[in-house]
Amino acid sequence: MGRQGWLGTLDAMTTSKSSSALGQMKVNRGLAEMLKGGVIMDVVNPEQAKIAEDAGATAVMALERVPADIRRDGGVARMSDPEMIEGIQAAVTIPVMAKARIGHFVEAQILQALGVDFIDESEVLTPADETHHIDKFAFKAPFVCGATNLGEALRRISEGAALIRSKGEAGTGNVVEAVRHLRNILGDIRRITQADSAELFDWAKKLGAPLPLVQEIAETGKLQVPLFCAGGIATPADAALAMQLGAEAVFVGSGIFKSDDPSPRAKAIVQATAHFRDADVLAKVSRNLGAPMTGIGMDQINERYAERGW
Amino acid sequence: MSSVVGVLALQGAFLAHQQSLTKLGIASQEVRTPSDLEMVTALVMPGGESTTMSHLLATSGLFAAIDSRIKAGMPVFGTCAGMILLARGVLDGRSDQTSFGAIDIDVRRNAYGRQVDSFETDIAVDGLTDDFHAVFIRAPQIVRCGPEVTVLAKYRDDVVLARQGSVMVASFHPELTDDTRIHSLFTGLLQEV
Repeated sequence: MGRQGWLGTLDAMTTSKSSSALGQMKVNRGLAEMLKGGVIMDVVNPEQAKIAEDAGATAVMALERVPADIRRDGGVARMSDPEMIEGIQAAVTIPVMAKARIGHFVEAQILQALGVDFIDESEVLTPADETHHIDKFAFKAPFVCGATNLGEALRRISEGAALIRSKGEAGTGNVVEAVRHLRNILGDIRRITQADSAELFDWAKKLGAPLPLVQEIAETGKLQVPLFCAGGIATPADAALAMQLGAEAVFVGSGIFKSDDPSPRAKAIVQATAHFRDADVLAKVSRNLGAPMTGIGMDQINERYAERGW
Repeated sequence: MSSVVGVLALQGAFLAHQQSLTKLGIASQEVRTPSDLEMVTALVMPGGESTTMSHLLATSGLFAAIDSRIKAGMPVFGTCAGMILLARGVLDGRSDQTSFGAIDIDVRRNAYGRQVDSFETDIAVDGLTDDFHAVFIRAPQIVRCGPEVTVLAKYRDDVVLARQGSVMVASFHPELTDDTRIHSLFTGLLQEV
């Protein structure tokens, strides 16, 4: 099967999508391809965006509060102020992403109108719909969505996501959940490649995922779109761990700008992601970075963001 | 020495280039360090973020190593961000962005707009019988071509595929389609040099 085979699979699954939506999908999945091997950093103002770009980030995620602060403040977390997003777009030349609430397709329409390069339909914000995610085929802009397991990833892909990231547990500085989600997704992909054709029906049922996408994974051995890691990355070693487990790039949220000295840490995480198999480089870049974000254990949090999304 | 094509693997769409080369039956290898570079006879520089790659080229010691290999005639093919790295002049780049100046063109970063303006189109390519389906993603634009540069394809009035000696550049992404003809044009240069 060709590299664009999955587009045909999506096309065959439903007649509701126009050929232009599928064409846009190819271009959007292409941008995800360009972000591979890189680090996408959460920033809350133009100054941080510049620090991120200077450090070698491949993109920035513009948001009003990093997840650690959302967690601390509580209340409803929403899409950022357009003026704040535009300030960040003006400050850097790299792609700018921004978050919409799960199911909040009007926030997504606004982000698309702003020319945001990637929309993150994110569990870090308070969900707007407890049943439905956004129909992402209705948009020109690409979407990234979080997933904790393969079924969730395939449901998001069938809705039009161009990129999947692990959810991890944002704002904790604790990588344990991201590792769990990557192992869930990649482990099931490996198991599906060993399944016979009759077992694939059961896999589709168990995962709650479209059968054609499951069959395609059995054939190709990989997800239809790139898989990045997010949620809890705080150190260069965390980034390299995610990459060695099979993530193709990393998002770093609170981990950089909640640490003592953001710029050197950002640079070190960029190096660690590019040279993730080279322990000598990892040992070198992990030195003298100051204190990482303090972080919190999973038993200390009262709300798991990863449980948001359906 | 049998020829192995290196693919610069610091960041970006290097895997897709390797898949295209594999389809052509050409051995390829990821290049992340100067010692990786010593193993290869040609180099592909993929799309990605040119600012990120520029950083990583400097810190890995690859910039100087690649620069001297290009000067010694190693065939090199840059797509999108890779083209920016090979260009003589970069407009709208960052002040600290370095490029190899291996081909006498000036490019403008993100000239076609943001991601919602990314597009695909069929273009006629010099030396290919049928049109090539070209995917442009936040593409750079070639705004000047020197006299030594051979134009291989245009989109409207813009040059989108060009060559000077053993250096070839594309502002689009041949590695994102199943069509390997552009990669064939490049690997054809290996026989010439």
